[in-house]
Amino acid sequence: MSMSQCWCVGLVGSYGSLARFRSISRLLRVNDETVIAASGDYADFQFVKELIEQKVLDDELLVDSHSYSPSSVFSWLTRVLYYRRTRMNPLWNTYLVAGVHEGESFLGQVDLLGVAYESPTLATGYGAYMAQPLLRDAYEKNPAMSGDEAKTLLESCLRVLFYRDARSLNKFEIATVTPDGVTIDQPRAVETSWDIGKMVKGYD
Amino acid sequence: MSSIGTGYDLSASQFSPDGRVFQVEYAQKAVDNSSTAIAVKGKDGVVIGVEKLVMSKLHESTSNRRILNIDRHIGMTMAGLLADARQIASTAKEECSSYRSLFGGPIPLKYLTDRVSMFMHAYTLYSVYRPFGCSIILGSYEADGPYLYMVEPSGVSWGYHACAIGKARLAAKTELEKLKPQELTCQELVKEVANILHIVHDEVKDKEFVLEMSWVGEVTGGKHEFVPEEMVADAERQVKAAMEESSGSEDEEDL
Repeated sequence: MSMSQCWCVGLVGSYGSLARFRSISRLLRVNDETVIAASGDYADFQFVKELIEQKVLDDELLVDSHSYSPSSVFSWLTRVLYYRRTRMNPLWNTYLVAGVHEGESFLGQVDLLGVAYESPTLATGYGAYMAQPLLRDAYEKNPAMSGDEAKTLLESCLRVLFYRDARSLNKFEIATVTPDGVTIDQPRAVETSWDIGKMVKGYD
Repeated sequence: MSSIGTGYDLSASQFSPDGRVFQVEYAQKAVDNSSTAIAVKGKDGVVIGVEKLVMSKLHESTSNRRILNIDRHIGMTMAGLLADARQIASTAKEECSSYRSLFGGPIPLKYLTDRVSMFMHAYTLYSVYRPFGCSIILGSYEADGPYLYMVEPSGVSWGYHACAIGKARLAAKTELEKLKPQELTCQELVKEVANILHIVHDEVKDKEFVLEMSWVGEVTGGKHEFVPEEMVADAERQVKAAMEESSGSEDEEDL
């Protein structure tokens, strides 16, 4: 019985309304079981990335076949974010933590306030408003969807987001976690069609 | 050869009249009484081997490792008071971690060795501490080749082509001097190290031992790892077969 997690992030690092960096990755492969994605302040993400990478390295050096499970990473991240919040010095991010551990899949979200929860579908930023309903609807109709179906679903959500969010880019990357490990696909672009523009008076 | 440092050996902050710090020399004795560890720097990596004496049949053989990972590319082994050595390993790991955080990359072994030396040396300066009762061997494989260093309880460190510490170090050094390590690959060195540890192991005084080996080099892509079990077992089989062939009339040697 294979469980998998699929999810995608846009490749843009904005500087206010300027799409300043247009092919940076917001995904971090923590280990063979876990991936995290970040939105918000990129520098804070880089800081957390280094912390996690050192943590994972320290763990690997002990050679005891222990590795952090997705829920452990999630718990640790929640503690760190909440701690910083209580010191009035937050790490200004929203993280998605996903993975598969001992056949069980995990998906959680934690933000700069330290608010943390798990759900079968998650989305941050504009996605919480526009993509989440689409994801929930599809999940309710087909809770046992395959990895490919999930990827198609995510792409269609990204397309909607690119159409509707004026501060988005159409480039994205998708990470998939299965019991066999983590794969992060090559960056791609969503195909869009602006044909209906012709029906808008004054479009051209 | 034993010298008594009566009166001048009570603390590391005292010199003897002939300019020796006895506490540091006593620390060296702890190293010399421990089981043997050797390391060889070949042309494309470093191989480390340790004679782990089996103190009790109840011991689980893979616990209590004598070879530790300090960073992805650095391995360490020790002889002497193992608990002291683990403290040094812990400090060394922190150095690696802080170097990586500050400079964005893995620490060159030369720098780490300097820091470990300074750390160990610091404990030879005060009466309130005792020196570390262990010698540390550090090996790595970096972009410009393999590196091998050894740090003694006094804090002195040297770079080596091959080194040996522990009770059979003199016999091991004799064997090591017969090798030309710069011409050998890691795979060849694994056999040599296994061979030497079996030769110098004292069958009379010591019980059986487990051979623990690790390597870091081209063959591991620069990552310090334990040598695969089958390879170690293979090397041991070859060594034992060769020893049986050559043992005919020879009996155990005195040490």
